[in-house]
Amino acid sequence: MSQSLLETPLVGWHVAHGGRMVDFAGWRMPVQYASIVEEHLATRRAAGIFDVSHMGRLTIGGTAAVEWLESLLTRKVAGIEVGRVRYTLITSDAGGQPVVLDDALVSRDTDAVDGTMRLALVVNASNRDRVVAWLTSRLPAAGVTFADRTLETAMIAVQGPLAIQIVGSLCTPADAARIAGLGNYRATSAVVAGHAAAVSRTGYTGEDGVELVVDAAAATPVWEAIHTAGAPLGLRACGLGARDTLRLEAGMPLYGHELREGSDPSAIGLGLAVNLEGRSFPGASHYGGLRNHPAGRVRVGLTFDSKRSAREGDAVMQGDRQVGVVTSGSFAPTLGTAVAMAMVDRDVASPGTPVEGVIRDSRQPAVVTPLPFYQRDKRRA
Amino acid sequence: MAADLKFAKTHEWVRPEADGVLTVGVSSYAVEALTDLVFMQLPAVGKKVKAGESFGEIESVKAVSDLYAPVSGEIVEVNAALPGKLETLGKDPYGEGWVVRIKADNPAEMDGLLDRAAYDSLVGSQPH
Repeated sequence: MSQSLLETPLVGWHVAHGGRMVDFAGWRMPVQYASIVEEHLATRRAAGIFDVSHMGRLTIGGTAAVEWLESLLTRKVAGIEVGRVRYTLITSDAGGQPVVLDDALVSRDTDAVDGTMRLALVVNASNRDRVVAWLTSRLPAAGVTFADRTLETAMIAVQGPLAIQIVGSLCTPADAARIAGLGNYRATSAVVAGHAAAVSRTGYTGEDGVELVVDAAAATPVWEAIHTAGAPLGLRACGLGARDTLRLEAGMPLYGHELREGSDPSAIGLGLAVNLEGRSFPGASHYGGLRNHPAGRVRVGLTFDSKRSAREGDAVMQGDRQVGVVTSGSFAPTLGTAVAMAMVDRDVASPGTPVEGVIRDSRQPAVVTPLPFYQRDKRRA
Repeated sequence: MAADLKFAKTHEWVRPEADGVLTVGVSSYAVEALTDLVFMQLPAVGKKVKAGESFGEIESVKAVSDLYAPVSGEIVEVNAALPGKLETLGKDPYGEGWVVRIKADNPAEMDGLLDRAAYDSLVGSQPH
């Protein structure tokens, strides 16, 4: 294992609990502790706890913070209220062509004591360096403070039908009630297991749940408290393997797979992350043109009639014609069958269309399926 | 257990049977390392295989792996029940979890395989 890999404050816990550590985007991370399938199903049935500290956490402050982000993000930031979280793309502009640098969550925290606004971005580990470099290159002379706080903090996702109950059991009744009352894509601050935490009702699994940002020194005590409180209820620690199968079932795009530098956001179902009205972020006019003249392949789900899935890069065929390419694929533990996401020609994108995935030298029948593959029963909550 | 077995570096095990045919399976180390098995592709009976070449595939949630022939020869039997009961590989990798039987072209090829101690030493030094 390379010495240069970054480690989260929870690496000791992962190793002590049998985590199989791999290099993921330059971080030494657990891909699984025992079984990916069991970790996945525990999250669907009860709860899973995930170390997502490798995600980049950037803070933005100052009197011009909102104006600055408004000029750079595809999602409207002007007028964002305290406690709101929005999904956005971060684009740069290469000769009129937008380059999608990353997808991210932007949120507004409570104002600083001196009254200036504070915002935060959570970006992918794989893109953190270049996003930081890009944003730094666009900093105005005054009015904005920008900091990469990834290494000073940790991020813990607690996901699943019991996630809110488990986290709430470690808070004061007032904090627990405020967390339970948070809407999706809303954030607050709370004290969790005795440590200050930024709490957002967000996640990447298709389940209800929260993501907590705490100081690096608080990561292990908070993680252990949640694990201890949740284990009797069925909570399990989950690695990146289960995180990937959960997000695949939930039909969520992953940067580098479904979403790439040259992607048309509308074609991958991310049109809502791009607000064009009165906007001038890098590439806005190009995306306006695409919206009026949609072209190219679109993202769809594929359901296979076996447990064997086509994988990223495998061709999607209809007869002798290649109609697309798989961007993510796996056995889906909740569904008991293999599923994939793929970019396909628009004339085969209708649900129910039969296609085949090319798996090595064989072809596996599949049918185009609406996304997401899995949707939780929201009445249960 | 498994003291009479030989192992390939690619994690297949081989056991010579009384009739001279070689039974081939997947080591418990490999089964445990793969975890979450979902699919297995077996060869047809009668297929000729060459040592070191793929004769089948085993797929877990994370990845597809080849099964490599430890020796050259002919597939004379396959464990047809195994793909439908992949948990057998974990429960009894050296018994009910056998994969194929090979009639070796040259039984002396067995000498190039690892004994138990050498295999354990190999996998003991590998990260999971």
